[in-house]
Amino acid sequence: MKPFEYLEHTADVKFRAYGHSPEEMLSNAAAALFKSMVDPSAIQANETWKVKLEAPDLEQLAYNWLSEIVFLFETESAVFSTFTVRLQQDGSLRLEGEIGGERIDLKRHAFENEVKAVTLHEFQIKKNDVWCIQVVLDV
Amino acid sequence: MLNINKIEENIYEVPMGYRPGMRVPGRIFVSEKLRNMVEQGTVDQVANVATLPGIVKYSMAMPDAHLGYGFPIGGVAAFREEDGIISPGGVGFDINCGVRLLRSNLDSKSVQPLMNTLIDALFEAVPSGLGATGRLHVSDQQLTEAFLSGAKWAVAEGYGVEADLAHCEEDGHMRGADPSQVSVKARKRGRPQLGTLGSGNHFLEIQRVEEIFDDAIARKFGLFKGQITVMIHCGSRGAGHQICTDHLVVLSQAVRKYHIDIPDKQLACAPLGSPEAVHYFGAMVSAANYAWANRHIIAHWTREVFERYFPGSQLDLIYDVAHNVAKIEDHNIDGRRMKLHVHRKGATRAFGPSRSEVPQAYRDVGQPVLIPGSMGTPSYVLCGNDRALELTFGSACHGAGRVMSRSRAMKEFTGRDVKAALNKEGIVVKATSPSMLAEEAPQVYKPSDEVVDVVHNLGIATKVAKLVPLGVSKG
Repeated sequence: MKPFEYLEHTADVKFRAYGHSPEEMLSNAAAALFKSMVDPSAIQANETWKVKLEAPDLEQLAYNWLSEIVFLFETESAVFSTFTVRLQQDGSLRLEGEIGGERIDLKRHAFENEVKAVTLHEFQIKKNDVWCIQVVLDV
Repeated sequence: MLNINKIEENIYEVPMGYRPGMRVPGRIFVSEKLRNMVEQGTVDQVANVATLPGIVKYSMAMPDAHLGYGFPIGGVAAFREEDGIISPGGVGFDINCGVRLLRSNLDSKSVQPLMNTLIDALFEAVPSGLGATGRLHVSDQQLTEAFLSGAKWAVAEGYGVEADLAHCEEDGHMRGADPSQVSVKARKRGRPQLGTLGSGNHFLEIQRVEEIFDDAIARKFGLFKGQITVMIHCGSRGAGHQICTDHLVVLSQAVRKYHIDIPDKQLACAPLGSPEAVHYFGAMVSAANYAWANRHIIAHWTREVFERYFPGSQLDLIYDVAHNVAKIEDHNIDGRRMKLHVHRKGATRAFGPSRSEVPQAYRDVGQPVLIPGSMGTPSYVLCGNDRALELTFGSACHGAGRVMSRSRAMKEFTGRDVKAALNKEGIVVKATSPSMLAEEAPQVYKPSDEVVDVVHNLGIATKVAKLVPLGVSKG
């Protein structure tokens, strides 16, 4: 299983991310989102950000999770390379995420894109042999 | 081959039954040549929009149509007030992304020798690119004022002059803003970014009027051959992106609540008049006003730079148009006057002389329609015609339209090559992230002259002037 792959889209960035569990899929999706902007090998994960999210279902939680990463990237002026996700179901679905990264340094971080937002266009989560999420990013 | 039918020159129809649930046919306004550049996915998106409740006449795509999310880019659709909807999928994340054009009293011969210096100074004066924060430090109260009254607020704060407002769409401040529907997150993203250009396809460009097509209208717009103009292309930055993100989540729930069947989740919407629709509209207008304030402040700093190098020079605003927005407009539909919610996503208004929304100064000819080229290719000024009201709810294309994906562009070009090629043509380019220049290479866009000719030949808007880039400052 590859963690993620990019698909062809004229104006934006489209990818599929996979996982043996929903947690792994969400972690790989975050990595795919970030790799579309900047090479992860240039990022040192020496700072940690924690997020707590809640949603009625996995699809909305996934949307909120990826949108939260865009929000943190912009408001914290930070780039991220490690993503750990824990899910808990008690009535609604809860996510606890730990994100590793560092503050943007344009001398070391050469950006190829800037993700503005996560779209819901063709957004879907499927479980076959493994979990799969498809996402289109507005760049 | 695309399954669309030619109706007449430059007009193709997406027939009913192209997909189930279509309430109206689709219309794609392209030439034979451009038709071959339209992706199947774009036609699918036109058909998807045609299924939305309350849609009037046609789901449309302008000549620069290409694959987007939700609506296609270049998408136009109007919805009846009684049974229609509003959808952020028809506006986009960059709410009121738009273009403003300033005309100078300078001739290119006097400006050209200073182009490098001028672009360096503009690059310094107008923060751009990733992670850029503004020179401004606005308070929460000031941010609320910007959401409420856009460019009008900016003028009150000392940016630009009162006369500028009469030369903006909506006088630079759209009515109906409700900043209480703007989240803390959107404020947090928007506050430090007021007065920044952003990245991607946004730019600040110094141009030369290369050709005049219509002398009388060009005089009216104050344009002459060899003149220096400045074009600013940007939007509502993180504020708009977050507002769209927040309300998309709410509207995704609303489609379940109101039992609306949507073919694509990005077309999440709510019935006009419902609380969800009213809240989204109030937040969207806030972002639109933020964008007008943003372009106004950037124009002010641009004037300061010109004043430094060309004392006594003047930069007057010709016009400022929005190309990602939903508007409430009156239209004549089959002999009836109707209030419609017109969504323009990557499409600009092209109102002719009959519309009261056209600024007084242009009332006898029609509004200026601004169509930016891509980096390194010509931009055009057109003049809106009343014919556009019959054809496209008074709309035209917003640019050239992409034809190559960003990922393929990154494989085929490097930022350095693109810069070198532009320099060879005498165009000065300065960018925060040179690696991002590759995806904006001129070759990734459709030929802008072809796109503009379709608009002109259909009678939507008349070609007035062609502007070529001399210097570009980018994110």
